[in-house]
Amino acid sequence: MPPNAYNNFTDYGIGIGLRASHYDHIVSQKPVVDWFEIISENFMIDGGRPLRILDQILEQYKVVQHGVSMYFGSAQRADREHLRRLKTLTRRTNAPWLSDHLCWGSVDGRYTHDLLPMPYTFEAARITARKIREVRDFLEIPVAVENVSSYAEFHVSEMTEWEFLNEVVERADCGILLDVNNIYVSSQNHGFDPFTYVNSVPAERVAQIHIAGHSKYRKYILDTHDHPVIDPVWKLYARAIERAGLTATLLEWDDNIPSFDEVRDEALKANRHLATASLAASV
Amino acid sequence: MKLLTLQRKMVRAVMTPLTESERMRQVAPDGRSLRRVSSQIIKPNPRLAAFERLEIYNRQYWFRVLSALAEDFPGLEAVLGRRRFDAMAKAYLADRPSQSFTLRNLGARLVGWLEKHPAWGGSRQGLALDMARLEWMEIEAFDGKKEPALEIGDLAGRNPSALRLRLQPCMSLLALGYPVDELLLAVRKDVDPSAAASNGVAERKKRRHATRVAQLKPTPIFLAVHRVDDEVYFRRLDRSQFAVLSALAGGKSLSDALTFALDGTRGGFEPTTAIEEWFYNWAALGWFCAAEKRSKGKRRPHLRSAE
Repeated sequence: MPPNAYNNFTDYGIGIGLRASHYDHIVSQKPVVDWFEIISENFMIDGGRPLRILDQILEQYKVVQHGVSMYFGSAQRADREHLRRLKTLTRRTNAPWLSDHLCWGSVDGRYTHDLLPMPYTFEAARITARKIREVRDFLEIPVAVENVSSYAEFHVSEMTEWEFLNEVVERADCGILLDVNNIYVSSQNHGFDPFTYVNSVPAERVAQIHIAGHSKYRKYILDTHDHPVIDPVWKLYARAIERAGLTATLLEWDDNIPSFDEVRDEALKANRHLATASLAASV
Repeated sequence: MKLLTLQRKMVRAVMTPLTESERMRQVAPDGRSLRRVSSQIIKPNPRLAAFERLEIYNRQYWFRVLSALAEDFPGLEAVLGRRRFDAMAKAYLADRPSQSFTLRNLGARLVGWLEKHPAWGGSRQGLALDMARLEWMEIEAFDGKKEPALEIGDLAGRNPSALRLRLQPCMSLLALGYPVDELLLAVRKDVDPSAAASNGVAERKKRRHATRVAQLKPTPIFLAVHRVDDEVYFRRLDRSQFAVLSALAGGKSLSDALTFALDGTRGGFEPTTAIEEWFYNWAALGWFCAAEKRSKGKRRPHLRSAE
């Protein structure tokens, strides 16, 4: 698929999540990495070491911002202080796009610091899409929303998760950060075919893809980002790339983080699928 | 059910404190049946009841916020002991849930809350408060704003009665009743989150903390919590130095600050050469920035004193 308004960075390749335990290695060794994804909230501060490290990273690498607390799906308006700080950061990083989750996590000014699942209703889609537009207009950069993994479904839902995702992104006219690990986790927790999900997403809107590992418990799977990517998730990734074409891909590893080289080796496994997509694009 | 209604119901359930065995309560402290709430809003699946599905979020919430608070306040945990700290943290977070998009601010209201709930500190209330104050100010110093610093040359030749200096916004001055700076550094030295310590090692460390806390005698100290080259430092001040810096932070001119502060300290007159040396050192540490025009809402450095 050629570059388009939602996926205009088909040459981004494979990125790695920037984590504090790797700061020293990255700054001193300057390893070859296509780009880093930062957690925006870690850098929405006024000063200190995190910002100095970020500036050093920005001198060498491309950086994309990923948020965890915009809560597009919260029924109430976005926090102005949050938006102001986020905009300050986007100006610092010059990130070409920004992503956050299709979820909610706060109400009446109280924050859970979790990515809570949406009820898949038309009312929720309307409210969420309006908020995405407001955030995009305020920040003045493209926004992509990420599907979350979930452990609960609501009685009030009127559609499937992928129908809800489609409804939101069409209304908001925004991109998608497709997390294929989250799709796998939710498919196991809720009993749906993950390929149906991947096949139903509007491929042209996929701006970025996340891959990650998870933890399996007796009755459910938890999205822990503390293991290598498993084969079924790689298969979903291959299908997503087959549909969306060359797409910026990022490995998330947030707990029990191994060495930088180990994380990078795991991320680079995505190359075998991207190479196929590249070949297809050139034919 | 409207989105806002559902979200309010779910957040109330998710933020309900867990049982002693870290499970979701059947009935919340306010009498709500969480079994009923969960079945009202959440579908069961063949493996999990609605209650169990909601419980995953309830447990994750508490595990996350409790571990974040413990990470930020290891010194307070050493003062109170693990069990009491855990109980205190649960009570604090139930009473003052996060109001910020970032977990960094989770402990922002802890000192004020502890002051209102002295039972948690018990016989160590003063020590607990001092430690909490220091640990919160360390967080503020770590990533707070730092402005271009004035150098000593910028101060030379200026009229002291017209010269107003501001302290760096990320900097705090603390008057404390216990030498908690030393205790915190000792605790930090022992805490190595990456080490998989054996039970025996962990137990020895715990005993060492308990001994240190028990031996800590009340001793008034004055501290500047500040940042140099991205590292946070605790610098001891004497009473006169603290008074001068506090007066400057309060907006007094240099001459007024010196007159006010040094008259107010029992030590009496300080030799001029000593005062010059103070300012030389403080400027070298980058503590001063230019005064700005007064406007409402501008943040001043933190000034805290012990009870």
